[in-house]
Amino acid sequence: MYYKREFKTAFTTSIPVMMGYGVLGFAFGLLITSLEYPWYLALIMSIFIYAGALQFLAVGFFGAKLGLFDIFITTIFVNIRQSFYGLSVLKKFKKSGKLKPYLIFGLTDETYALLTTIKEDNRLNKKWYYFYLTALNQSYWISGTVLGALFGSIVKFNTNGLEFSLTALFVVLTIEQYKENKNFTPFLIGIITSIIAIVTVPINNMLIVAILCSLLGMFLLRKRLENVN
Amino acid sequence: MSTNELYMAIIVMTFANFLTRVFPFLFFVKHEPPAWVVFIEKNFPPIIMTILIFYTLTSVDFTTAPYGMKEIIAIALTAFLHIRFNNYLVSIFIGTIFYMGLVQFIV
Repeated sequence: MYYKREFKTAFTTSIPVMMGYGVLGFAFGLLITSLEYPWYLALIMSIFIYAGALQFLAVGFFGAKLGLFDIFITTIFVNIRQSFYGLSVLKKFKKSGKLKPYLIFGLTDETYALLTTIKEDNRLNKKWYYFYLTALNQSYWISGTVLGALFGSIVKFNTNGLEFSLTALFVVLTIEQYKENKNFTPFLIGIITSIIAIVTVPINNMLIVAILCSLLGMFLLRKRLENVN
Repeated sequence: MSTNELYMAIIVMTFANFLTRVFPFLFFVKHEPPAWVVFIEKNFPPIIMTILIFYTLTSVDFTTAPYGMKEIIAIALTAFLHIRFNNYLVSIFIGTIFYMGLVQFIV
């Protein structure tokens, strides 16, 4: 194998993600097969979409028969934080040549966290180190997903209530967001616009309406949002 | 959704998700991003996460008994676990298993 040392370092660095992605991927795979979708649907999604929260949410889209335009807009806004990650690794990825498209594709929350917080060894060939780190992380996500999906299609048990894992995931992510920026205004905007949307439009349009109202709310409350930043 | 619709949805999500990741590399390699772009990218994530909690609860009927109490209790437990132990796997798993217990054995 080329760049063996880069692989070894990447592997050691990625072990915490192995745990996280393995378990969460397993839950996702299980959810997919519990709703009678084929196991390989989970595999296809983890190869091509490769975004945790979005994949869980996708299960809801499938069930609600959400339109493609709504799926597109929702995806953009659910993952808009990733553009922020890209902004801060523009320089890091500059000299990565042919590997760059994959590095960008694989820029998940966890990969970004590892890329930006772990101190780098200057003897390493950077682009290969980044590549192995990104690819290892995705391989954990894919393995977890497939194992969960296969487990779900072989072992039959009562999965009633399993869909709560999605709610729990967003509760956890919301708390994490609060820790990063101790400002209650964005949550208030989210709560008010969600209630407005649920009360005024059919459930299938709820996300889009809540997102649009929130954008408006953000600019109206701009000062309150920026005060703490 | 039919199988075709399912795959179309996956293609759209693949494309849109990649777009959020590649966006800065397409536009801001040479220029600094405008202030409003940074403002949205910075402040939208906590808003959308809050909205998504509500979105996952849209099938719950809060107007008739038990008025969404199962969901509210399970959310409170999940949040408590997360604030207390700060481990997202623990919070999600115990929260979900607790909820599954509630709907399968109690109500």
